[in-house]
Amino acid sequence: MGSTPLTERSLLFVTGKGGVGKTTITAGLAQMLADQGRRVLACEIDAKGDLAGAFEIPPTGFEPVEVTAHLFLMAMDTEASLREYLRLNLKIPVFGRIGPVAKAFDFLATAAPGVREILTLGKFCWEVREQSYDVVVVDSPATGHIVGLLAAPQGINELAKVGLIRNQTDWMLQILADESTTGLVIVTTPEEMPVSETVELAASVREKTSVDLACVVVNRLLPERFGAREQEVFDTLCAPAGVTALTRAIGGDAEPVLSAASLATTLRRSRAVHLETLRTGLPTETPLVLVPELFQRTSGLRATKQVAIHLAEELL
Amino acid sequence: MMVAKAHPIEALLASREIVVTCGPGGVGKTTTAAAAAALAATRLGGRVLVLTVDPARRLADALGLSGIGNEVTEVPAEVFAEAGVSVRGSLSAAMLDTKQSWDSLIAQHAPDIETRDRILANPIYQNISSRFIQSHDYIAMERLYELHSTGEWDLIVVDTPPTRNALDFLDAPARMAEFFSSRLLRWLIAPSRSTLVGLASKPFTQIADRILGTQFLGDITEFFVSLQSMHDGFIERAQAVSRLIADERTSFLVVSSSETVPLREAEFFARELANRNLDVGGVILNKVLPTSLSDPSASAAALTLEDRNPAMTKQLAKKITVDAAVLDRVLTTVTESFSDFSVVARREANARERFPTFGAPLITIPYFSHDIHDMSGLLELARHLIAE
Repeated sequence: MGSTPLTERSLLFVTGKGGVGKTTITAGLAQMLADQGRRVLACEIDAKGDLAGAFEIPPTGFEPVEVTAHLFLMAMDTEASLREYLRLNLKIPVFGRIGPVAKAFDFLATAAPGVREILTLGKFCWEVREQSYDVVVVDSPATGHIVGLLAAPQGINELAKVGLIRNQTDWMLQILADESTTGLVIVTTPEEMPVSETVELAASVREKTSVDLACVVVNRLLPERFGAREQEVFDTLCAPAGVTALTRAIGGDAEPVLSAASLATTLRRSRAVHLETLRTGLPTETPLVLVPELFQRTSGLRATKQVAIHLAEELL
Repeated sequence: MMVAKAHPIEALLASREIVVTCGPGGVGKTTTAAAAAALAATRLGGRVLVLTVDPARRLADALGLSGIGNEVTEVPAEVFAEAGVSVRGSLSAAMLDTKQSWDSLIAQHAPDIETRDRILANPIYQNISSRFIQSHDYIAMERLYELHSTGEWDLIVVDTPPTRNALDFLDAPARMAEFFSSRLLRWLIAPSRSTLVGLASKPFTQIADRILGTQFLGDITEFFVSLQSMHDGFIERAQAVSRLIADERTSFLVVSSSETVPLREAEFFARELANRNLDVGGVILNKVLPTSLSDPSASAAALTLEDRNPAMTKQLAKKITVDAAVLDRVLTTVTESFSDFSVVARREANARERFPTFGAPLITIPYFSHDIHDMSGLLELARHLIAE
């Protein structure tokens, strides 16, 4: 597990609990890889436009759009994926939502379990096989849904014994199971719930899918600000006499100013405990990639670039 | 004389039969639902149920339960006693188990035992009920309907599943009804019932057959043929569920943090609820940083501290008897921390002001530096829900 460095793999699925910064990390990772000169396709599955937002461009469609040098962005659309598949594999040209294909799609996507997932994974595996990009980075569904997505090919294999979809799943499974090609990245924050979900997810991915856990990105780490001596002085400063003295010295209420530093210290301490829980809960060989909390005004391109810089420091 | 008005959230919990918490993931939705239910049980009385989709051990612990399962379990009175409060009504909890709920739904609507067993054994059904993501949304609403119609509960607080699209669960009953009445399904099943021969000539079947394989397509068809026998029951049920959601006895609490992305999602959600004429009872923003961080006089104080001269530091060090060099480092860190957090606090305060609440009250819950892991913690959050 984790023997091929993240930066050398060509299919990366990024997941994480809601609110941990999954999309920001996906965008930062794609940006970092593009900065290295690799040709990157970043794809959003949920199609909420958040990934496009991280690059400050309008929501993209199924056709990739070049955002900056070497970096392409697209949004998954399973119907478009089916159309592309039919065109490439069955030599059936399909334009627009016409006739039997639209009906077949509605039926397949609504009724047949796993088909939507296969069409999603199929597109990525196909891009990997065709080598039209050096690396495909996927802003994947959140922790609750990622196993369902990655395990879909096995599920289909159990249900469908023959047919095209069965033939398709075999080569997809090979790509997904190859740890020098495919890797899963779980994004978490050093907080209680995200950490316990990450530990559970890591176990469940190992048990139910063939995809290798490449690394866990711990986002929003707070730096250690005080050594022992500084902490002692800070505590004195926060005592009533200290607050009064400081208030007098600066001619304004010192309490809210000190409380910000207190908040930082308390948060950092509780996060350190959760980080330790994460470390012990994960297999020892799983690399942890640390990204600090960014205190910023926006969540757009500026944040993406800063995350890319931090990821480069950790991964390169 | 003015009559004191009840706090809007308290009034909501006292008057509605169903309160649904919804919003983006990772903002404390489940905890907020549990806190609201605990508040209702302790302050208002009545039989209160919290229906959660989150199997988190921590929530079970906070409610003093060894685990929360598909069955309704009552929170023991000792849990409230330990938190120093008395429970006026009762509080119970249940978790949504998708597979079990589907099974009981099938058992309820199947015309006979044979059909029931045939469906339960069908590989497509097993896949849909346990793995199929969208089925979660429908079953959540279905279970709510079932629990509500027992008439056992004064108030049910529902925590919604973290869906890909926050609105999926609202549309799920209608989609289910639509699916069962769809021409596609009728057409698939109608011509010769379960035989595929009659279908084979249709171009759709040819494509589906090539992609899926005959046996897989056969399993799918068989499943829907069986399911068709429950058609009327399902449709009726799905429509009843839709009505219940839109009923005036039901209200929605939109839960979010003040961060950019969750807030954008929450706004979309509030707007959609309003567009559908559903009742938005409140917007609850968790993890709000102290207002002092965006206070101009605090910023001025921080600035003075940042521009301090060595003489001031020395004098202060002497006054509180600490080392001047260490104090200087500490003061630098303090001003940096203030400036870091105030950037975030101001951005978030600004985003809150611009948030369209569609007439609903906006309630802010402060950032707790500790995790909530017991009843006292839930009730502490609850106090902020109804704070002036």
